[in-house]
Amino acid sequence: MQKNRLSDHLVLILGSLFLMVPVVVAFMTSTHTAADIHSNGLSFAWGGNFIETYEKVLTREGGFTGQVTGSRMVMNSFILGIGFAVGKIVLSMLAAYAIVYFRLRFATLAFWVIFTTLLLPLEVRIMPSYQVMSNLGLLNSYTGLIVPLLASATGTFYFRQFFKSVPDELLEAARIDGAGPIKFFIDVLVPLSRTMIAAIFIIMFVYGWNQYLWPMLMTTDERFFTLMRGIKQILQVWIGSQIPDYNEAFAMAVLAMLPPVLIVVLFQSWFIKGLTESDK
Amino acid sequence: MASIDISRVSKTYAGGNRAVHSIDITIEDGEFIVLVGPSGCGKSTLLRMVAGLEEITEGEVRIGGRVVNAVEPAERDIAMVFQNYALYPHMTVRQNLEYGLKNRNTPRAEIEQRVAEAARMLEIAPYLDRKPRALSGGQRQRVAMGRAIVRKPAAFLFDEPLSNLDAKLRVSMRGEIRRLQRRLGTTSIYVTHDQLEAMTLADRLVVLNGGRIEQVGSPLEVYHEPASTFVAGFIGSPAMNLMEGELHGNRLAVGSSVLSLGGYAPTSGPVTVGVRAEDLRPAHAGEEALTFRLDYVEELGAHRLVHGHVGDQPLTVTLPLAAVLQDEMRLAADLRRLHFFARETGSRLTAAGAAPVLRQQVMEPA
Repeated sequence: MQKNRLSDHLVLILGSLFLMVPVVVAFMTSTHTAADIHSNGLSFAWGGNFIETYEKVLTREGGFTGQVTGSRMVMNSFILGIGFAVGKIVLSMLAAYAIVYFRLRFATLAFWVIFTTLLLPLEVRIMPSYQVMSNLGLLNSYTGLIVPLLASATGTFYFRQFFKSVPDELLEAARIDGAGPIKFFIDVLVPLSRTMIAAIFIIMFVYGWNQYLWPMLMTTDERFFTLMRGIKQILQVWIGSQIPDYNEAFAMAVLAMLPPVLIVVLFQSWFIKGLTESDK
Repeated sequence: MASIDISRVSKTYAGGNRAVHSIDITIEDGEFIVLVGPSGCGKSTLLRMVAGLEEITEGEVRIGGRVVNAVEPAERDIAMVFQNYALYPHMTVRQNLEYGLKNRNTPRAEIEQRVAEAARMLEIAPYLDRKPRALSGGQRQRVAMGRAIVRKPAAFLFDEPLSNLDAKLRVSMRGEIRRLQRRLGTTSIYVTHDQLEAMTLADRLVVLNGGRIEQVGSPLEVYHEPASTFVAGFIGSPAMNLMEGELHGNRLAVGSSVLSLGGYAPTSGPVTVGVRAEDLRPAHAGEEALTFRLDYVEELGAHRLVHGHVGDQPLTVTLPLAAVLQDEMRLAADLRRLHFFARETGSRLTAAGAAPVLRQQVMEPA
């Protein structure tokens, strides 16, 4: 046992190093100046340029129009991520509720149709979706960014599985207690699904946050740019012999990483608490 | 408070599976009715049709004179206690109790008063602010009953409420349910597969088998005058001994033993003879008796259950500790307490002289 313990630790340490070193390097490098990075490459050491870089990234008005700041992009990413996650959860919960609890004639068929759309990634329908949004005049709007991606087969599937595991007696008790379909959903099913909601929120927020192709297609107005586009933007600016702002790109990447990490950490504890506390 | 009238109620599931066959039961106001039968006999289905959780295929259910076939469960003025309690896990005990009342827009003050009253009655006041998961099985069952009580319904419906509890708790909760029902005087329908629970709780028992009523009667009627071999074998522990025998005039042949019946024979020809384990005793010398081969003995403390065979048919007999056990014994039966059933249909055959015995029996136990 004693011997094993050492090798166990070794494996764990190696594993965490493997995952963490790139992040640490990115963060450390972001604290150097652009010229420093250009001549010395990546760095493990603290560069002392932390405040300047991050302040610049967050507040400098850049882009072609000179109107979009880093914090604006952070906000946009948040709107996209949260809108995404919340919208998907609401929609997929309602869909799963209909499929599981209502005696619809083609409920099973409907479920499998929804389920098979899992096989079709966004990219497959990206042009038609763009066309539709364009015809509706929703380009360059949050609605256009979020709504077309809300339908979620994954979410519907998870919620369906979860609802099926809720004992029928709860529904029956609620019916006798005078709770109609809407009351039952809000008073019983939603609170019971807390853990499921937390789990799906994590997944969907990160998914929304990381969206790249769709926002790029949908938005030409820089006011709607997200962080993911911002990173790209910085490295694209090659004017004459100017050195690309590596430090800013790294800072932006670190910033882009923070919210998903926070969301995961926060919801994880809730998620675990919910798992251990609830018994149906 | 209300009477419940179940008339010619049938349930056919999709696919033509008929779970309940044209059942008639009239339940008086304040009566405690127990539906008892083996699993799959349709007792739960029947209860759920009264509750409104299951559609009624044919027939009518009336609660307090009102036909409720098309009425929502919440509007039927009933409350139900489920086997797995069905408490809302995310609500505290208090919220669980309040939920039904809130949905009915009961005034706040009245809700609080009713919850307090139910909590006092069921002794769950200390747990009102806990979540159900922090309660033991017995406490959860009390909360489930509390949820029914606060509603002050016309009828309580119990769906095997004690099946998830351990044996000891079951006995004490059984007593409590009975006491509570007496005190509140609410009409109750109670479903169970446990014949002992049925016997101890019921004002009247309804024994169901295969979706049909086998017998309706008070516990003692059902025990002492089972209407069929099914009821005889189901009610009572140990179950009534059922043996194949033959009646010739006034004489009964079982295996190689022959008994003279002295006027109790209802028919002649092949019959099924029923006799309760406690109605057999060791025979005196010279008395007509069954020849019994002993297989094994179960000690119950106060008395013992002796298992064996008469001819090739199994027989169980309750003997006092004082009785001498031998490998081969002669057992005499109280002739008035022999039961005869038709061999093919299993239904009870009554002799002219047999009926009065029961009446006497019913008075006796006091």
